[in-house]
Amino acid sequence: MKLFHYIIQGRVWRSIFRTGLPETNYRRSLVILNNFFLHIHPAKVKKSTLKFTTTFYLGGIAFGLYLILLVTGIYLMLYYRPSVPLAYRDMKDLEFVVSNGKLLRNLHRWSAHAMVFIVFLHMLRVFFTRAFHPPKEFNWVIGVFLIIFTLLLSYTGYLLPWDQLAYWGVSVGTNMIKATPIMGEKIRFLLLGGNFVSENALLRFYVLHCVVIPLFLTLLIGVHFWRIRKDGGLQGDLEHYAEYEPDIILGKNIRVEQRESPNQSLVGTGNDENK
Amino acid sequence: MTKINKNPLEIEFGEDIQTTPVRVAYVKGETSIAVERERDEEVLAFPHLIVREVLLFEILLIVLVIISLIFDAPLEDIANPLHSPNPAKAPWYFLGLQELLHYFPPVVAGVVLPVLVVIALVIIPYFRINLIRDPFWTGNIRKKFIIFSAVVLLINSPFIIARAFPIYICSAFIYILMVVPLLFPRSSGLAARIRKIPLADWIMIWFVLVSLVLTGIGVFFRGPEWRWVWPWKSGIYY
Repeated sequence: MKLFHYIIQGRVWRSIFRTGLPETNYRRSLVILNNFFLHIHPAKVKKSTLKFTTTFYLGGIAFGLYLILLVTGIYLMLYYRPSVPLAYRDMKDLEFVVSNGKLLRNLHRWSAHAMVFIVFLHMLRVFFTRAFHPPKEFNWVIGVFLIIFTLLLSYTGYLLPWDQLAYWGVSVGTNMIKATPIMGEKIRFLLLGGNFVSENALLRFYVLHCVVIPLFLTLLIGVHFWRIRKDGGLQGDLEHYAEYEPDIILGKNIRVEQRESPNQSLVGTGNDENK
Repeated sequence: MTKINKNPLEIEFGEDIQTTPVRVAYVKGETSIAVERERDEEVLAFPHLIVREVLLFEILLIVLVIISLIFDAPLEDIANPLHSPNPAKAPWYFLGLQELLHYFPPVVAGVVLPVLVVIALVIIPYFRINLIRDPFWTGNIRKKFIIFSAVVLLINSPFIIARAFPIYICSAFIYILMVVPLLFPRSSGLAARIRKIPLADWIMIWFVLVSLVLTGIGVFFRGPEWRWVWPWKSGIYY
């Protein structure tokens, strides 16, 4: 314990984590504010938003799945080559040669399916709890694009095993694109690198799946989270919304009188030492 | 300092709490907005939120590892462009679209309807109908009922013409669910609760139901040549 304190209070540790032990409320808020990864959270949250039944943690679950997919996906990239006979052989290697390769692939596959499903449920939760109300309307739009990116990611990954299921599943889907008026054929050619699903398509889907779409998805997730905070937090109270467009938010039936400044709840005083 | 409010929608400001009430809300009639809610109690994000996030992630990981240990991801024979399986199905989340392809020309099923759905989702927060939480069945119910019935029929007529039975059966189901409670004008109970649902919610419920039914049919009830099969007789084709 003495050693523990020695390390935590030492210069090296304090140069990395400036906050020290989170013994006081002030320092507990600094844990969030001083940390690059955590500072996307507010220092204080409403107790009601922490309840399971408020959100069912669906957004959190979706982000958790994203993290699992990121890690397992990077692992899988070590064992996978996107070319025609090799891609399928690498699948077989994952199954029979690589240690825990099967678990790795299963984890990636089921997480991907779960993410599509959870993201859809998340959308429904946000809709039915009216969490898209102004000022959060644009975050809803970002969310819709996140769903589309999730679907595209899942779909581009679907081709990579290069088995019958993948090949024909993607053939059916990309045939639909052909129906787009005027530029359908061209879009399909661009996507597949040819007129039918071939090695070129595999390479293109691989690049889309591993680089392009994850990049956009990650950026959008960042914006999505950041905007929750900027737009007044999860399920922020109605009065806070009322600053923006009172008659839309509150309907015709209600009139609210504004009270003191809305940002009063920010943590910032250094003498908040009570438990 | 405080001015008399002529416009009921205008917000009244005041500096002095003793002359201007801290917060007053007037509520007329029924509304589902939680006006009575006091200012929520706040807790520190660390540890309350962070601990929950970490726990949630760990539980999620454990559940997925268990699922992955039990169920194997499918892997069939190597892709063969010369041999197409019958039926050739897309992944499950696109089977609703593939089912639409059975009723509509590819332009409609593959392009027009998906694009319409995306546009409809994007514009949701920008339309007043989605922001108002009043129950649908208020005001002149008789007039509303006639207009509503006509609109439902109009929207569903393309589906009826195209014989897209999953869609118009869902529409009919939701329509009955919306209208039947009007026959039971009691102020409490299930019928009263259904009557309180706003129109935006009804539209979303309809959309979810249609998506679920189409996807379900595509996953379980479609076999070779996209013919109808019973999954308990001939198994699930994928």
